[in-house]
Amino acid sequence: MSNVSQPLMSQRWRRRAINSAYFSVCTVLALMFLFPIVWSILTSLETAAEASTSPPVYFPSRFSLENYRNLAAYGQGIGLYLGNSASVALMTVVGTLVLATMGGYGFSRFRFPGRNAIFMLILVTLMIPFQSILNPLFVLLRLLHLQDTQLGLALVYTTFQLPFAVFMMRNAFDAIPKEIEEAARLDGCRPIDILLRVMLPLVGPGLATVALFAFFGSWNELLAALILISDSRAFTLPVMLLNAQSGQLGSMNWGLMQAGITLSILPCAILFLLLQRFYIQGLVAGAVKA
Amino acid sequence: MFAHLRRSLARHRAGYLFILPCLLVTTVFFIVPLLMTVWMSFNHWPLLGSSSFIGFKNYLDLLSDESFWGSIAFTLKYTLVVTPAIFLVAFGLALLVNRSVRFVGLFRTAYFLPVVIGMTTASLLWTWMFNDQVGIFSAVLMDLGVIDEPVQWLGETNSALASILVMVLWKASGFTMVILLVGMQAIPHDLYEAACLDGASWWSQIRHITIPLMRRTFALALTMSLIGSFLAFEQFFVMTRGGPFNSTITVVHWIYRASFTYFKLGYGAAMSVVLLLILLAISGLQMYLLRDDHE
Repeated sequence: MSNVSQPLMSQRWRRRAINSAYFSVCTVLALMFLFPIVWSILTSLETAAEASTSPPVYFPSRFSLENYRNLAAYGQGIGLYLGNSASVALMTVVGTLVLATMGGYGFSRFRFPGRNAIFMLILVTLMIPFQSILNPLFVLLRLLHLQDTQLGLALVYTTFQLPFAVFMMRNAFDAIPKEIEEAARLDGCRPIDILLRVMLPLVGPGLATVALFAFFGSWNELLAALILISDSRAFTLPVMLLNAQSGQLGSMNWGLMQAGITLSILPCAILFLLLQRFYIQGLVAGAVKA
Repeated sequence: MFAHLRRSLARHRAGYLFILPCLLVTTVFFIVPLLMTVWMSFNHWPLLGSSSFIGFKNYLDLLSDESFWGSIAFTLKYTLVVTPAIFLVAFGLALLVNRSVRFVGLFRTAYFLPVVIGMTTASLLWTWMFNDQVGIFSAVLMDLGVIDEPVQWLGETNSALASILVMVLWKASGFTMVILLVGMQAIPHDLYEAACLDGASWWSQIRHITIPLMRRTFALALTMSLIGSFLAFEQFFVMTRGGPFNSTITVVHWIYRASFTYFKLGYGAAMSVVLLLILLAISGLQMYLLRDDHE
């Protein structure tokens, strides 16, 4: 009897030990990944003086919104830069959704000469880094009187998003059975009505994925914004934060920086936590394609 | 001929109308700029004022531009350090969270969260943590007695590179982890069950099942992070500003500087063409490694 139960007992103990080791490792790693974000948010809620103390204080003595008030008064006011970033992001998301939905539907449902060649042309731009076409974009936007405008920047961001977005939407439409629109066509619907009334509700997840990628791409982008926007009133949040840091070296207002970093992180973190399923789907689609 | 074309267009009008907007935007803001990059690289092209054709002069200048080749060498060094590091960490994380147990979703989310934060924001955040006066790292290490005085982590070439490596591991490992996880979960489960029955250990299952069956995913993850690393910009632009003594300038950073600090747009375009060729080579390698063959 005891001969049998002893190995069983030890096996159970072994499994339990492995399990708790597993959870400990995972938890410690999770805390390491989350720490910088949490540390920055906590520091942003200290008083300005405490946030710039050297060496840093581990436990803030009291809660304060002073850093956010300072940030609100920084430059032309943080509201302006947040608004710039938000409107560029909104235009990018809407533009990408409209163009990619139309394009994806066209490539998925219509047969016409040059279809594959044009689709390949759009996909191939994925292989070309946008960093290598920024000089001409600068010249081009000046030519089109779009430099220093949110529209110009949003058009550029939309273009960068398009290959992935069109690919994503074409797949989304491909997954819908043809019979559904046949019925609508027999009822005499025009193609655009079929797209808007019948198909669009069915590709919701694809739209969410495309919108998320467009938002993150636009909200977080630095280099193109740096080159295409020189008017400080049109700065997006990353450009403004960068200037806030380099503009005051020596007398760095660290608390203000953390408040700005927090404001920049929050929309991304919240959107991701709410919609991560769609974001991960996009990554998976990209990974499977290759 | 034209009648035929017109008839074909009329018949396929709806299809063309649907794809026209995205084709138009891609052409104006991507294809045209791409061709312009090549054209600009053969010109002296100041920020203001008129440009003039100078043939291959930009490329000849480039050949003897030590700063440019220095930036290529540095970017290469960074890429060769960062890519395997991200891969190993991400593979470890993927193995860790490739189980269906409680809380595993939370762990995945936590490891992935830094990916959605902007590289600029992340760089500003870590610049602060690496700061010698107010940063957390120096403070903790001093309290633990590991170091005697605050360290300027970003002030010296090698420690700056190491610091940025740590930041990038935090920022990018989650991305590669998800790519690897997709490949891992595509492996049929009964393979592991059969191995288990044969008494194969955890490690030999990984060695003889997981790794061989994930070669394509590995190639994808590695080439994606090669490309990403070679285009590195924000982390150095923000965290070291290319210093000390221009020792940490990446290619993209150097193109930006030549074009918009020294106002030599044509010269910057020539560098862009070189960058483009390097990346096309990496993409070619990617396509070669991922080609559809059944060995």
